[in-house]
Amino acid sequence: MLRVPAVKVENLTKRFGAVTAVDGVSFTIPAGACTALLGGNGAGKTTTIAMLLGLLLPSSGSIAVLGEDMLRHRYRVLPRLNFSSPYVELPHRLTVAQNLSIYADLYGVPARTERISHLAADFELGVLLDRPAGRLSAGQKTRVALAKALLNEPELLLLDEPTASLDPDSADRLRGYLETYRAASGATILLASHNMAEVERLCDDVLMMRAGQIIDHDPPAELIRRYGRKTLEEVFLDIARERNGGAGAEAAQ
Amino acid sequence: MSAVHAPHTFSGRRVMAMVRRYWYLLRGSWPRIVELAYWPLVQMVLWGFITLHLMNNSSWVAQAAGVLLSGVLLWDVLFRGQLGYTLAFLEEMYSRNLGQLFVSPLRPGELVVAMMVTSLLRTVLGILPATLLAIPLFDWNIFSLGLPLIAFFCNLLVMGWAVGMMVTALILRVGLGGESLAWFVIFLLVPISAVYYPVDVLPAWLQGVAWAFPPVYVFEGMRAVLFDGVFRWDLLAGAMTLNIVYLGIGAALFLWSFQVARRHGLLLQTGE
Repeated sequence: MLRVPAVKVENLTKRFGAVTAVDGVSFTIPAGACTALLGGNGAGKTTTIAMLLGLLLPSSGSIAVLGEDMLRHRYRVLPRLNFSSPYVELPHRLTVAQNLSIYADLYGVPARTERISHLAADFELGVLLDRPAGRLSAGQKTRVALAKALLNEPELLLLDEPTASLDPDSADRLRGYLETYRAASGATILLASHNMAEVERLCDDVLMMRAGQIIDHDPPAELIRRYGRKTLEEVFLDIARERNGGAGAEAAQ
Repeated sequence: MSAVHAPHTFSGRRVMAMVRRYWYLLRGSWPRIVELAYWPLVQMVLWGFITLHLMNNSSWVAQAAGVLLSGVLLWDVLFRGQLGYTLAFLEEMYSRNLGQLFVSPLRPGELVVAMMVTSLLRTVLGILPATLLAIPLFDWNIFSLGLPLIAFFCNLLVMGWAVGMMVTALILRVGLGGESLAWFVIFLLVPISAVYYPVDVLPAWLQGVAWAFPPVYVFEGMRAVLFDGVFRWDLLAGAMTLNIVYLGIGAALFLWSFQVARRHGLLLQTGE
């Protein structure tokens, strides 16, 4: 039996006045896959993710998430997904434990206390639980945000720069955690990252965005091969600077 | 599979989660708790002394000693009700938390109800010390109004929520640049609410405007109880009818503003 794609986007467009931030984007993310959404600043990644989450209404196009029309049945889907971004914060004056317990209730997590304890152990948050969220270091905030994103054991996890503020050791552990979580739960992950090594390690597929369009997509190894490069970072630079990108994109067709 | 049981319809658990969020915030800051009670106390003391002075110089005040104190305390219900609602929303703007909240299953209607409950808590906590202190200080017990007090309180609180919804709709649209609206908008109603004087003091054309808002029904009703010892059901009906209308307008404005925010990406950009 064919599984419903975790995400299916067709002709998605977002215009802000005269500016077209996302321009007729179509892609599918199979259930259980880890896909990277890459592109330079202003490429349209954040706008695309905001539309997938339902925070932003598209100008046109359709979005199906976990088999549901996101524009019509958003509230059926939201309990089944979660999101983390270093650019969206948790209330500063509340402690980590208070924040997590509130979000656990918002997501309808049963056995809230046990789930928080479990995540606190996984993300080494034990000593931070009673500390106000605003007094955490950037790396600690990132770990708390990820714990919040995993509270409801989401089927679809959208991660924006998940290791941006972490030291190499913590970042490596987190990547390992995400690999284990995905393998154990069958969850789908959509990752926006500027860390190409991270994308190579975690992702099965890469969507390359530039100027609001998806200009290439393939597994990381295939992109590296097609562009004749050694790393995904070099491919990213080719695409971002429009070097050799034509040859790579043509090869894709 | 997600291990969650989040209902797709209205959820009391989500409402209470948000009420807890605002309660934690209030509980964690003693200056906020002091501030809640501070202004109602100052107002009560000020108007208490004015009452003492006027008792000997005004036959109108002498007929009903508590008329000014009751007015000031009930006005604070309206003001605190609106402020409590709006400040809860502003807390989400300050902490840039709207994006996180609205990718959770929380519905705008649940947030609205949570902010109403929070507003009720803040209003009671803010007004209660002043009402209790008025008894020993000025020999005025507002609870002597009896059951009508509940009707007055509820109607003013609901009007506060309606104004709060309109203000938050505007703040959602214009960002934190519109924060000051939370503090001054309600005072547009003071002159026409007949808080400290009967509505017939106003020019005829302004009386027409005044009767279009619920507070004037409440304060006229309050004076009817204090001066004549009667409870005016017609005034209660007027206040309730108008409150339903304003609550509907407030809710419609907030939901419209929420949709506009989703169209323009404002839920992720909630700064100035």
